[in-house]
Amino acid sequence: MVKVTIDGVEIEVEEGTTILNAARQAGGDIVPPAMCYYTGLEGSGGKCRSCLVEVAAGSERDPRPMPKLMASCRTEVQHGMVVKNKTSERVIDAREGVTEFLLINHPLDCPICDQAGECDLQDLSFKHGVEWSRFEEEKRTFAPRDIGDKIKLHMNRCIMCYRCVFVAQQLTNKRVHGVLNRGDRSEISTYIEQALDSDFIGNVIDVCPVGALTDKTFRFKSRVWFLKPMNAHRDCPTCQGIATVWMFGNEIYRVTGRKDKYSEIERHNGKTAWICDTCRFETKDVAKWVIEGPRIINRYSVISTNHYTNENPLDAKKDPKKLQ
Amino acid sequence: MGRKLLLEHINVPGIETFDVYRKHGGYSAVEKALKTMSPEDVVEEVKKSGLRGRGGAGFPTGLKWSFIAKPEGVERHLLCNADESEPGTFKDRYLMQYIPHLLIEGMIVSSYALGANLSYIYIRGEYMFVLDILEKAIAEAYEKGFLGKNILGSGYDLDLRVTPGAGAYICGEETALIESLEGKRGNPRIKPPFPAVKGLWGRPTVVNNVESIATVVPIINMGADEYGKIGTEQSHGTKLISACGNLERPGVYEIELGMTVEEFIYGDDWCRGIKNGKKLKALIPGGSSVPILPHYLITKTAKGEVRNMSYESLSDGGFATGSMLGSGGFIAFDEDQCIVRNTWNFARFYAHESCGQCSPCREGTGWMDKVLHRLEHGKGTLRDIDMLEKVNKRIEGNTICPLGDAAAWPVAAAIRHFREEFEWHVSNPEEAQKHNFGLSREVTFS
Repeated sequence: MVKVTIDGVEIEVEEGTTILNAARQAGGDIVPPAMCYYTGLEGSGGKCRSCLVEVAAGSERDPRPMPKLMASCRTEVQHGMVVKNKTSERVIDAREGVTEFLLINHPLDCPICDQAGECDLQDLSFKHGVEWSRFEEEKRTFAPRDIGDKIKLHMNRCIMCYRCVFVAQQLTNKRVHGVLNRGDRSEISTYIEQALDSDFIGNVIDVCPVGALTDKTFRFKSRVWFLKPMNAHRDCPTCQGIATVWMFGNEIYRVTGRKDKYSEIERHNGKTAWICDTCRFETKDVAKWVIEGPRIINRYSVISTNHYTNENPLDAKKDPKKLQ
Repeated sequence: MGRKLLLEHINVPGIETFDVYRKHGGYSAVEKALKTMSPEDVVEEVKKSGLRGRGGAGFPTGLKWSFIAKPEGVERHLLCNADESEPGTFKDRYLMQYIPHLLIEGMIVSSYALGANLSYIYIRGEYMFVLDILEKAIAEAYEKGFLGKNILGSGYDLDLRVTPGAGAYICGEETALIESLEGKRGNPRIKPPFPAVKGLWGRPTVVNNVESIATVVPIINMGADEYGKIGTEQSHGTKLISACGNLERPGVYEIELGMTVEEFIYGDDWCRGIKNGKKLKALIPGGSSVPILPHYLITKTAKGEVRNMSYESLSDGGFATGSMLGSGGFIAFDEDQCIVRNTWNFARFYAHESCGQCSPCREGTGWMDKVLHRLEHGKGTLRDIDMLEKVNKRIEGNTICPLGDAAAWPVAAAIRHFREEFEWHVSNPEEAQKHNFGLSREVTFS
């Protein structure tokens, strides 16, 4: 066990834990945002730079501060490390910078985007963004594309987190999509119009932090905050069958994996509970699911506004302690 | 003329062939190292010589070598970084094209020092013709028993291969180079772990610049003490400088570190001054990614001392009034050159070459390119100049690899020293569109 201090909160974690995971174990508002890191995907993280933190003391043995801001999702904690996250002005400035950079080429089409309401980029810009943009240039654009018969790709919204590439690499037996080109013209794409087709490829939709990859069986059917998320399970030969179904009345509009408060699929029975494409796209009959009960959603999330609380979520902005 | 160690025999006809190279003392370093020295001795010798990496960062080569992890039963690799893509730098190509056996000799000695049995030269895709030259030279070295099994009866085996890249600047970053060599997309890895611990195929790896590896040959031949006497206190030995821009005689020169910048630009043996008798306006001393120096800071530092061609003198005054020796891409600008246009050109280059992996670099470089394009074409505002500075600060240091820094530094330095020229572009949009020389015509030079 090693002892680490994050924003004055002292916590003991196992050796080899990253700063981000240590902060998550401590909980509260000292957790840095993560747009590209995903616990269940090996090798993810380090790309979006929104989780940058300042390491004020490297370790007990070598208490020198690290000169550069470190990506907390990929930096392992050392005994006696002192980390500054929200208490460091440098970190806040860098994070505002990252938010600005992620948004300059983003179409800002939240009103018509299916991810709106459960989008990590919305959360990030709510916390660290500004109301106006300094970017006056023309945005770079791509045409929306069908990749596979159930998945739509809106490359304009993509933040290049590479999560979907890792999903295809690690969950399915063949990867037909990847990153093409360089710089701000780089795009997620298949090689010569191939379709994404595999039992678990639908998980790229769940891991996508923005609305770049959306479910074609749910697109434009409803806003997520009009739906009620319910925990449900079924006997599935391919996957664990543990999912969240999003219902309107007695109808299932869509099926997703069970996401925790960091937008990551929960672990069940010692494994990440990825769901298969049959559960996700083809099992929308209520009779086929065992509904366990309502899913607990963060009370300040827009999804829970109409369901569980009378509080205005905008109040949370005035009191940052309430935001997680 | 100063002393020449690398380019001593460059003008001998046929030096690219094994026999002529051998006749002029070639491969004596291999003989000396393999027959009389242990690998540790070679590392110690290079450490003692004070050789600093010639690729740009200037990290001591011997120190880098001593960091390599040596777990039992795991192979180690030496990679030669010949992906020389920095605008203004062409010294490695010159070396490889005209005297390829020097690099091969350096590779043998360095691989021996590190205990590597399989080494690679990673060459940029645009240097296809150099690849042919190198492959021919390697075939000759195999034939004469300097590569392959049991070199010179010492029991040391080495295989040397040349691999071309596909023309990406980012593959000159060491971890991106390793990824590319493994056959993947050339994205830099997130460090740590560093290549010295986990590099090519997860094995300990050292990546060195062409010139650093070639310099090991004279160090072994003449001994570290002798080599250390050349140069200044902190910069030892000689350095290849690729001079270009508005110079009377551009080209690749081997200089002793510590000669004055003034002599290098105006000396008869060197660049012979500025072309067409014009005045020097600005200078980039170490390739496009180092800060630009205005005319009043070139020959003298801010403190009034004479500026030398050495690591410490060129970086005197930090980034506020200094620059860096970098990779030795020496670019001179005469009074007719437009700094805004040049800065935009560099920004465009970095926007094109950013790998697109991390957000500050991917989006920031593209943004700077667009804003500078607007400024250059007379459509900018004064606010844009301040904004560029702020965007710069948010890119610098927040990226995975140094490309973000390399893109931010030249823009920051250009605005720092030539702000009035940027402002001239804003206030005279029509003239800025008509001419490309900016304010320079109206400035009187000291």
